[in-house]
Amino acid sequence: MAFNYDQYLRLEKMPTLWCWGCGDGVILKAFIRAVDKMGWSKDDVCVVSGIGCSGRFSSYVDFNTIHTTHGRTVAFATGVKLANPDKHVICVGGDGDALAIGGNHTIHGCRRNIDINFIVINNFIYGLTNSQTSPTTPQGMWTVSQKAGNIDPTFDACKLAIAAGATFVAREKVNDPRKLEKVFVEGFKHRGFSFFDILSNCHINLGRKNKMQSAMENLDWIDAITVSKKKYDEMSEDERLNLLPTGILKQDTAAREYCDMYEDIKAVQQGKRKVLTQDDFEKKI
Amino acid sequence: MEMREIISTGNDLAAIAAVDAGCEFFGGYPITPSSEVMHTISDLLPKAGGAAIQMEDEIAGIAAAVGAAMSGVRSMTATSGPGVSLKAENLGLAQMAEVPLVLVNVMRGGPSTGLPTRVSQGDVRQARNPSHGDYRSITLCAGNLAECYTEVVRAFNLADRFMQPVIVLTDETLGHMHGKAMIPTVEEVKNSIVPRKTFDGAPEDYRPYGVGPDEAAVLNPMFKGYRYHFTGLHHDGKGFPTEEIETCRKLIQRLEDKVMMHTDELELNEEFMLDDFDGSEGEVLIVAYGSVSLAAKEAIRHLRADGIKAGLFRPITLWPSPADRMGELVKATKNVLCVELNIRQYTEEVERVSGRLDIEGLYKVNGRAISPYEIVNKVKEVF
Repeated sequence: MAFNYDQYLRLEKMPTLWCWGCGDGVILKAFIRAVDKMGWSKDDVCVVSGIGCSGRFSSYVDFNTIHTTHGRTVAFATGVKLANPDKHVICVGGDGDALAIGGNHTIHGCRRNIDINFIVINNFIYGLTNSQTSPTTPQGMWTVSQKAGNIDPTFDACKLAIAAGATFVAREKVNDPRKLEKVFVEGFKHRGFSFFDILSNCHINLGRKNKMQSAMENLDWIDAITVSKKKYDEMSEDERLNLLPTGILKQDTAAREYCDMYEDIKAVQQGKRKVLTQDDFEKKI
Repeated sequence: MEMREIISTGNDLAAIAAVDAGCEFFGGYPITPSSEVMHTISDLLPKAGGAAIQMEDEIAGIAAAVGAAMSGVRSMTATSGPGVSLKAENLGLAQMAEVPLVLVNVMRGGPSTGLPTRVSQGDVRQARNPSHGDYRSITLCAGNLAECYTEVVRAFNLADRFMQPVIVLTDETLGHMHGKAMIPTVEEVKNSIVPRKTFDGAPEDYRPYGVGPDEAAVLNPMFKGYRYHFTGLHHDGKGFPTEEIETCRKLIQRLEDKVMMHTDELELNEEFMLDDFDGSEGEVLIVAYGSVSLAAKEAIRHLRADGIKAGLFRPITLWPSPADRMGELVKATKNVLCVELNIRQYTEEVERVSGRLDIEGLYKVNGRAISPYEIVNKVKEVF
């Protein structure tokens, strides 16, 4: 039997504002299937989004939902999670949201290792505001703010997340909806900060002037710049140039989660244990 | 009311008040001269079962606090002027989405980095409209140590009553003042708590923003079966984005009216030595608020000893201003002096509500407190 999405959707909000052929819908469906697989009650889930096309994600799903200010998703979600440590908090942002205006919050969410799942819908462009350069726009591509070609170097979101200390980091693409669902489930199961760099198409605002006017052409380009982590690991440095590995790129189950550690703080303040020292943590500096 | 004596600082009292008032979450960022609020609440909240977190910046500090408040708990942030500038964006979201929050601003010299360790009242105008768009800010101003406690408690109740952020202004003088204060007992405070309204009908009938034209939103706590949507966009009764003309107009009008049609629930003033004012020649009305009022009271005692009939009007709720009472007093008294640690920020409001343009002022913006003698001398010089 086909999967029934209706129970998780706010059907009166359909159709979405996303363009025909947009990858955001593929991500929305994979996300819903993953939540269903987790068996979470809808009442126990909070979805927090930012600003942009991805910002509308929260209004379409029948959970507790927050549409925040531009880039601040993880900061809002941190308050929700720390005040409700037993609930499931999922952030959705775009590449501009997560890596430009909200870059600081992304870094520190990763560093804190708080149990938030951050889905970054990375379509390499500012879509809703019509084709401005984003931190992931490849160099040389046309954007409305750099019509002579983008000169800003490109951000690797996963490298940032890994360096900042996220304990689960994965990259997938809308071309593989099944893998998307699988990686969401793995991340949702992980206790700690889970970061998903989900490559998506925007043939309207990225593709139209960059020779990818159709969704298919844009998806083919995404295929061409990605390779599985397994293959990537076997490649030489030269072969890896301009390629992004997909799959689970990092998972550290030993690092302690922030809300769990905060329970120790409560125990100290309530006189139930001694103050924390470096011995309470595996990694020492 | 049953009272207790406490020896503390203004910043510590603000933190203690929050916890006594049922605050369960604090999001903050270090900034002079308000940091001690965070230091103290970081001990008190986990002790009481809540959580306090130092975030990566001022923006995140308020964002976390608003996030927690959206989930249904009483929540607070504290900062100083430069922090308010950064927090303005998310204060705006909390205004639009009608999220109750208490923001304590321990004022220091501005603009910009200004005088970090010195006193000022330079954020009074900012408190009125911290961010873009139409809404009515509710701003309280503590005038002594005890009020660093009682005004924070009142702010939590007002935030839940009006479903919006409430700003409590203190300043460097009060924040770092260490002394004795008489404050209500914890039990008195607990009994005074009026939690936010909730809806307990069927979830399908729940319209969090579908309230009367002068009423505040009714926002249930999250995770209890009432799944709804928060947004900073114009939204309909259910909280979902809309551009429908009438819905947009009504929403913004309601944000105005929910406050301005109920200012009687907000107004709080102190009238000091005004009992014998009868409109006779030579009476001097001083308008001052915050820590400056301490100097003003001392000055009034000296002036009275010198045979000058002086008195103080002190608004404790600064915004919305006590237009009727302040206007009435200012109109009835010939000699009016505004004393502020800024340049005319509240004087302009006194002028507006009284229609008078001949009000004298004593303004000090060098980071130093005003002494009683400066006020005494000013009164003798201008009247």
